[in-house]
Amino acid sequence: MLRYVTRRLIQMVLLFLVFLTVTWFLLYILPGDSVALKYAGNPNIPPEAREVAMERLGLDKPVLIQFRDYMFNFFQGDLGVSFNQYPRPVTEIIMERLPRTLVLFLAALITYYWAGFLAGKYLAWRRGNRGEMLITVSGVGLYSMFLPFFALMLIWLFSVQLDLLPLSKFLDPEQWRDAPFGANQVFMRLFWVTLAAAVAMFAAGFAALRTRSRRLERTLRWGGVVLAAVWIIFYWFGTPSGQDMRVYAGDIGFHMILPVLVLTLINFGGVMLLTRSSMLETLREDFILTARAKGLPEGVIRDRHAARTALLPVATSLVLAVATVIDGGVITEAVFSWPGMGEILISSVLSEDIPLAVGAFSFIGIMALVGHFVVDVLYGVLDPRIRVTEHG
Amino acid sequence: MTNDSAETRVEDPHVPEVLGGEVDSWWKIRLTLMRRSFRENWKIFRRNKVGVLGLVIIAFWAIMAVMPTVFFATGFWNPAVYDPVTGLELDPPTRTMTMVERITDPNTEIDRRAALLDGRIPDTLQIGDTFDLPLQPAPPDVRHWLGTDPLGRDILSQLMHGARASFFLGILAAVVTVVIGTTIGSVAAYFGGIVDASLMRLADLLIMIPGVALLIVIGGLFTFQLWHLAVVIGVLSGFGGTAIVLKSQALAVKIKPFIDAARVAGGSPSHIIFYHLIPNVMPLSVLYMMFTVTGAIQSEAVLSFLGILNTDTSWGLMMNLARTQGYLLQVTDFWWLTIPPGLAVTLLSAAFFLVGRGMDEIVNPRLRRR
Repeated sequence: MLRYVTRRLIQMVLLFLVFLTVTWFLLYILPGDSVALKYAGNPNIPPEAREVAMERLGLDKPVLIQFRDYMFNFFQGDLGVSFNQYPRPVTEIIMERLPRTLVLFLAALITYYWAGFLAGKYLAWRRGNRGEMLITVSGVGLYSMFLPFFALMLIWLFSVQLDLLPLSKFLDPEQWRDAPFGANQVFMRLFWVTLAAAVAMFAAGFAALRTRSRRLERTLRWGGVVLAAVWIIFYWFGTPSGQDMRVYAGDIGFHMILPVLVLTLINFGGVMLLTRSSMLETLREDFILTARAKGLPEGVIRDRHAARTALLPVATSLVLAVATVIDGGVITEAVFSWPGMGEILISSVLSEDIPLAVGAFSFIGIMALVGHFVVDVLYGVLDPRIRVTEHG
Repeated sequence: MTNDSAETRVEDPHVPEVLGGEVDSWWKIRLTLMRRSFRENWKIFRRNKVGVLGLVIIAFWAIMAVMPTVFFATGFWNPAVYDPVTGLELDPPTRTMTMVERITDPNTEIDRRAALLDGRIPDTLQIGDTFDLPLQPAPPDVRHWLGTDPLGRDILSQLMHGARASFFLGILAAVVTVVIGTTIGSVAAYFGGIVDASLMRLADLLIMIPGVALLIVIGGLFTFQLWHLAVVIGVLSGFGGTAIVLKSQALAVKIKPFIDAARVAGGSPSHIIFYHLIPNVMPLSVLYMMFTVTGAIQSEAVLSFLGILNTDTSWGLMMNLARTQGYLLQVTDFWWLTIPPGLAVTLLSAAFFLVGRGMDEIVNPRLRRR
């Protein structure tokens, strides 16, 4: 297992190097002189001033030297200076935005995978119902829904017509005027608290997969959910630091409902359909017949024999879906003006702020790579065959 | 006999008949086989209502895409009014209004300001005067079945031209995907070793790249036409996910006896790849073609919605106009600006996905109903 993880880690770093190289050459070199022009903001500047600008940005050096410098700086945490928010370093902007994206992303991921898997499991189990076609079509409909349109419809319904939820943005400035915390402190806290809850939930889920008794399994699975909920409630209401921040975290959470709902519903359909077809294939296997012949209760066959095997392709799809989910996140952020990574990617690209664009894009790449890595390792835990082949 | 697509029944007693006596040329045999396998597969496909529903939706949009040509040719539509880009309704419906001191209804206020700016109403009006306000996103009427947009252009015409753009983009992207995907997959499977490893690592890298983020970056920094986008999407998906899936399929084909037979008979690698491997992985690649179309239509819509793509008419662009002109959230008052394009993107991409699912049952017999 350790060897498998190390190998994946090395592969990941190599892939990232390739990714960064391609991105850099694509973005810094191809647009040509526009970097210097953009920096000066005026194409008619005198040649001397231009040269000074080029020299200060290091653009007068040969391409390969520039590339070397960028790579060295990158791994020292220096991604250059944003053109449009001069002289703010790119790293600072990204560090400000990253937690906001991660919180949104994590919350959506957990919700939709959990819901999608459960729904797919029951759908496959009740195959042949009259509603089957309806459910498949609505699943495909959700999956291929045009995200901005769907988000718009939900915003219109919940914010404009019903006036329940905020339209966009991630906090209410009026409420934050005298706030003793920066928004990002709260975001980081939210992130860690949610992550702890998610880890507890997943750990309980994995432990449940390994138990022998059905009752213990059920206790563990629901115990994990309850534990996560209790932990979140305890943190925000029980601890002094949580109590101070509660109002502000609540405001952010309130603004998060709609984007998370959009991401969940859009991705839910795909997971549900995949679980359903994977479960249908499993149900046809001989060991299910054996389990039936042994006279095991239906619930046991469904949860312990079929669903567990059916989980594998779904986990594989998670490996492939990480990139898609991040894409969905980028679009969602744009629609909701959620000031995260996706939003800076779009705004920097549209305003030709190249250092910021490269920085944002490489961090989105890192998110995708780390996501893949985590899912790969989880997959190794789930499927013993992978570990065995890697050893052999 | 050349073995054909995986779907043909090799044990079919009619096949030798074709070969016996006078030997037809190879493409005639192939055509006969293709027609036969098509007929069989159509029977399976037809049973799946979901796939048929998808086909119906695609047919609907295909008709929509052809309609403007008919309308313009028969003179039913005047190009000066109905052109999707330069068309302008010169005689829009009006609403009679009275100038008041303060307008409380925000929509009317927006209309009035826009009208003042456009010079549609004189700025010499006094309070209490009545005037006719020309409505420029006009609601549906007899001339414009789906109304007009803020620039006075016909929505239905734009919707039809948008369908045309979506078909062009989707099909081009899908063809590029399939050509690249099948070639890469078959080559990797046939040669194995270092060729396989390097191609598959490349595919791994491409899978991990968030496609829309990449397209935003490329599209924002370079001038991006519709066909550029199609090719980029095709390359990304062809080299990435599609190549990986097709490679595993090609591996399964590669160990079949007829490949060995071809090799023993002296077939060169390129002959074996193009005449034996690729025809056999084709059904699966057609399936992935459908999913690529879904992705391509969605990506195009997102990019034009964000205003990144350089194109004349597209569904995303229609929503982009509604967004930049501030009509996006007034769904009840200006539904014809947002609902038709949004639904169109959803429906067409869902349709291709549904057809893909229907074809899935043909390609993977394990999925068929017991």
